[in-house]
Amino acid sequence: MSNDPIIKCQDVHKWYGDFHVLRGVNMNVRKGEVVVVFGPSGSGKSTFIRCINRLEEHQKGHIIVDGIELSHDVRNIAAIRKEVGMVFQQFNLFPHLTVMQNITLGPIYVRKWDKEKAEAIAIKLLKRVGIPEQAKKYPGQLSGGQQQRVAIARALAMQPKIMLFDEPTSALDPEMIKEVLEVMEELAESGMTMIVVTHEMGFARAVADTMYFFDEGQIVETGSPEDVFLNPQEDRTKLFLSQILSH
Amino acid sequence: MTTLSSSQEILPPPSERKTLQGWLLKNLFGSVADTILTILAGSFLIWLIYVIIKWILVTAKWAAVSDNLQLYMKGQYPGSADWRIWTLMILLGLLSGLAWGIYLKRAEAVGWVLLIVVLILAFWMTILHRAAWWKLVAVDVVAIAGYFLGKQFPEKLKRPTYILMLLYMPLVILMIRGFGEGGFMPLVTTNLWGGLLLSLLLAIFGIVFSFPIGVLLALGRQSKLPALKTLSVLYIELIRGVPLVTLLFMGQLMLPFFLPQGISIDRVIRAVVAIIMFAAAYMAENVRGGLQSIPKGQGEAADALGLSGYQKMTFIILPQALRAVIPVLVGQFIGLFKDTSLVALVGLLDLVGISRSVLANADYIGRQLEVFAFIALIYWVFSYGMSYSSSRLETALGVGER
Repeated sequence: MSNDPIIKCQDVHKWYGDFHVLRGVNMNVRKGEVVVVFGPSGSGKSTFIRCINRLEEHQKGHIIVDGIELSHDVRNIAAIRKEVGMVFQQFNLFPHLTVMQNITLGPIYVRKWDKEKAEAIAIKLLKRVGIPEQAKKYPGQLSGGQQQRVAIARALAMQPKIMLFDEPTSALDPEMIKEVLEVMEELAESGMTMIVVTHEMGFARAVADTMYFFDEGQIVETGSPEDVFLNPQEDRTKLFLSQILSH
Repeated sequence: MTTLSSSQEILPPPSERKTLQGWLLKNLFGSVADTILTILAGSFLIWLIYVIIKWILVTAKWAAVSDNLQLYMKGQYPGSADWRIWTLMILLGLLSGLAWGIYLKRAEAVGWVLLIVVLILAFWMTILHRAAWWKLVAVDVVAIAGYFLGKQFPEKLKRPTYILMLLYMPLVILMIRGFGEGGFMPLVTTNLWGGLLLSLLLAIFGIVFSFPIGVLLALGRQSKLPALKTLSVLYIELIRGVPLVTLLFMGQLMLPFFLPQGISIDRVIRAVVAIIMFAAAYMAENVRGGLQSIPKGQGEAADALGLSGYQKMTFIILPQALRAVIPVLVGQFIGLFKDTSLVALVGLLDLVGISRSVLANADYIGRQLEVFAFIALIYWVFSYGMSYSSSRLETALGVGER
């Protein structure tokens, strides 16, 4: 793990109309770091990671990803999206394309690889996420856990430097959560830079390097999993942890 | 309080014996009232069928139809140029066969659709030339040959077939119209085009051009650029607020006043442009419905992958949006086909126009019922063909539904 930050966020603000969603978020992420972002719903954590690949626009502050600053320049946005993969809560696979087509679309049309190369990589990735036999199926024919694993493979196929996970297990049945988390753990161990919005505290404890607790659009507390779980400093963090860990 | 049965048996669903007797008893003669209704309705139905058959076989005088079959089918289009229509038909057969063969795995329906179109057209041509059965066979043979060729060499033939399809529409115009005075394909001016030939040409060109324009208008209406959005909304709302007949009359009567002296636009072109403009506005609204049915996450996933706006539309949003509105679009195509009959009001001799001129002939006075029943049948065959093809297409594209 090197020390130069690959993502720099300085004083990021965002408003939805009059509603101040993000109120000055600062975060630096080093290459290879695994960051877990947690907090109550409506705290702006999803909005924040969606700002990193410009699915949402921040109105004040700076976001610099891999040396490129996000601005209105479309070329910058395209360049950053090439390097940042994203996995959504609702999977968002393309239902009219097969699993293989879902995975190879980006590499073929954005990375401009030829079809053979893209498919070879897709098969490797499907093996890595444990479902090589599903390549020819459509997303609708897969279980939720399988769909989310395809979504991870789709994001990885672009060979991104950074992966964003927006509550990747929140729409899954308990028994499928495990299979997705295993893939994510393996990915974290492989040295991928990851920002994960999740309530899976077991996952956070196992793989996170740094945890950020969001509330009302601000980072309330940050630290290693041990610090945050065993020795939280802020009352709000204590309250939230006691609520989600008590059942 | 009900108690749960402790039985762990897995029970088969209760069976219902289906016999004709049982069915009759249950559905038609279940009670005294049912029996009375069945008898009344049954008698009415038998009477109705009797009256219709009697009219068709005895009362009706079909001379107004059978004497003028050529007129209904192609208007005044000269017989010396019939070979051009046949050539186009055979080419259409080949294309249909190829498409069927190549895309069978992915969209068997495309082949079916085209085959049905060819068969319907061939049926029409057989009426046109009663002795033309061998040409009909030729169209089918070519279609079947194309099917096997396409199945054998799908990859090799994909591109040529695609190019041929794109070239087909211009070729239709070129061959039906012809060029020059003499030569092997002399000009046939549009005032000689008529009957079903004209109706179909209006409908096909209306569909082929209004569809992309409608998609662009729908995208324009959703655009973030204010000028583009305003223009699209203005166009759509203006055109939708006006009946098609008005547009046709404007095209035929008012346009000449605005054009400089000596410049005139062909009447058929004016009519087809009015139809395209009209249909495009409605198409735009239907497509917009499809665009709005696509969850936001689809666009976000495409963005996150780094696809450009254009790629996002063509690979992700439009394929799903258009598939969602196939039934509506086909309904609109059918409507458009029947709406072409309005051109008769501005003096073009399409199916309805030619019927009116036949009926103006003193020999066929009072034969409205026969003539209109006949052209109604033609409209029905084509409309039902489209409807059937669309349901096949929906089934074929149903794979992988969300």
